[in-house]
Amino acid sequence: MKHFLRSKSAVTGLILIGVLILVAIFADVLAPHDPYKMDIWNSYRAPEGFSGEFILGTDDMGRDVLSRILMGSRVSLLVAATATGVSLLFGITLGAVAGYFGGVVDSVIMRLMDLILAFPSVLLAIAIVASLGPGVINAMFAIAIVRVPAMVRVTRSMVLGLKEEEFVMAGKALGLSDRRILFRHILINCIAPILVVASLNMGTAIVVEATLSFLGLGAQPPVISWGRMLALGRDSIRTAAHITLYPGLAIVFTVLGFNLLGDGLRDIGDPQLRGR
Amino acid sequence: MFRYIIRRLIQMIPLLIGISILVFLLVHLSPGDPIRMLLGEEATGEDVARLNAVYGFDQPLPTQYFRWATRAIKGDLGVSIRQTIPVNTLIFERLGATLELAIVSVLIAISLGIPIGIFAATRRGSLWDYLSMIVSLIGVSMPGFWLGLMLLSYVALKVDWLPMFGRDASVLNGLWVLVTQFRADVLLNALRYVLLPATALGVSMMAIIARLTRSSLLEVLGKDYIRTAQAKGLKHRVVVIKHGLRNALLPVITIVGIQFGSMLGGAVVTETVFAWPGVGRLVVNAISQRDFPIVQGGVLMMAIIFTFVNLLVDISYALVNPRIRYD
Repeated sequence: MKHFLRSKSAVTGLILIGVLILVAIFADVLAPHDPYKMDIWNSYRAPEGFSGEFILGTDDMGRDVLSRILMGSRVSLLVAATATGVSLLFGITLGAVAGYFGGVVDSVIMRLMDLILAFPSVLLAIAIVASLGPGVINAMFAIAIVRVPAMVRVTRSMVLGLKEEEFVMAGKALGLSDRRILFRHILINCIAPILVVASLNMGTAIVVEATLSFLGLGAQPPVISWGRMLALGRDSIRTAAHITLYPGLAIVFTVLGFNLLGDGLRDIGDPQLRGR
Repeated sequence: MFRYIIRRLIQMIPLLIGISILVFLLVHLSPGDPIRMLLGEEATGEDVARLNAVYGFDQPLPTQYFRWATRAIKGDLGVSIRQTIPVNTLIFERLGATLELAIVSVLIAISLGIPIGIFAATRRGSLWDYLSMIVSLIGVSMPGFWLGLMLLSYVALKVDWLPMFGRDASVLNGLWVLVTQFRADVLLNALRYVLLPATALGVSMMAIIARLTRSSLLEVLGKDYIRTAQAKGLKHRVVVIKHGLRNALLPVITIVGIQFGSMLGGAVVTETVFAWPGVGRLVVNAISQRDFPIVQGGVLMMAIIFTFVNLLVDISYALVNPRIRYD
């Protein structure tokens, strides 16, 4: 905890993420306008600042950009968190099993991971969603799949190192089952590096979700997501760049938060990197 | 070394088979009948069945896979359902554009990322160090396609000589004209078109390179032999560039190779934003039109290129570090 509070990047990242989570939870209270309400008389209004009616302006349908960004944070965060959660669940289980049991099981799991890694991750996510059909759930599934290998590799390498430790030998001598040793004793010691990968994965997941939604493969109307806002704003970049500017900035700050947290946690875990 | 390369090539065979099966299944397990979409709702069941038979979609999946894979090995990726043009032709017409975009992006990323990294490392703890690292961190966190949109609206619209969309001649062609006819106009025109999409695609890699160069150089600059070089009275610049950077760049070279693959993935979206006539845009358009053979061929081609780039990275790393060859 002491090290965490000393890490500027970890603390800044956590604050950014904390603010974002609060925004997502209270989006409907914070939104100054109805994010779905169309008002073509007010379309393409430029940002008016805090003194105006539409702080960040309006889109082609006269919808308030700020309210839509606030509401869009829910989908972006939810998709990224669920996808990261699913990739954590599968990644940790597969990585732990591969590292602990080795042999054929390890070979099969790692070759499967090699197969996923043989594709550029964005392209694979696009291909998966294209195959399953567009939508938030399928996007979550695709993002989870492309992020699993990173988790498997980290968990496996940690388990490989830890399974030779004395406390594992002691557990075996006491007659504990493999499952108990693996999940109760070994994995507990892998939490730090897993948290680092999970945090970085969240950032990547947000970008991939935005990419999928931008291509029309993620969130579908009327669901608001930052990627979809970028896709809708794309047609009016000549006349109203603010429609794409602000949702993009929201993505940048969110990903920045997770990257800062991930970097900070990695530095804390690696004493050589501290203070560098 | 030769044995290492052969071993790696043999190891690639099952991976390539796996890639082909996955690509095939991804496309064929998707819901919706492409022929029905092509012919429209008014087409009779007979029409749909006849065209399904023409494309072999009525056969069992394993039969379809073997037929597709055997043809693919011979370089035949089928015919586009919508355009009735061989997929090979469509992909190879556009592959150059995609590779050009990725290579120019990498060049931009290297030529900016390494100097920024050196700059930050040699001024460790200064305001410039913090600023350059904050900029790098933002670069890593930025979706390339959004940066592309921003470049379009805030740069291309305001700078007359930067076109917003499309591609003219290839950079390679421009270089050829420059060398053979001593004319730079073709090259300059090609660069005009590629500059913005390549910047959008290359910024995140630039940021990664800058961060890695900084941390790697800082580590090397703390070594004893650097102190020896400084004690010998060598100029600071010579110590940093000749002794430090040379050793610090190894991990950077590795990351460039690894990142080149992800450039191919990022190119898919960047091409869509800038209407760049590459394989990525071809695939994205084919997805919306449910043109199976193009999606299959395009994704397969990208994955194969990605796999070979990774192999080249491994081989170049084994050349530098002999211990890897005996693992």
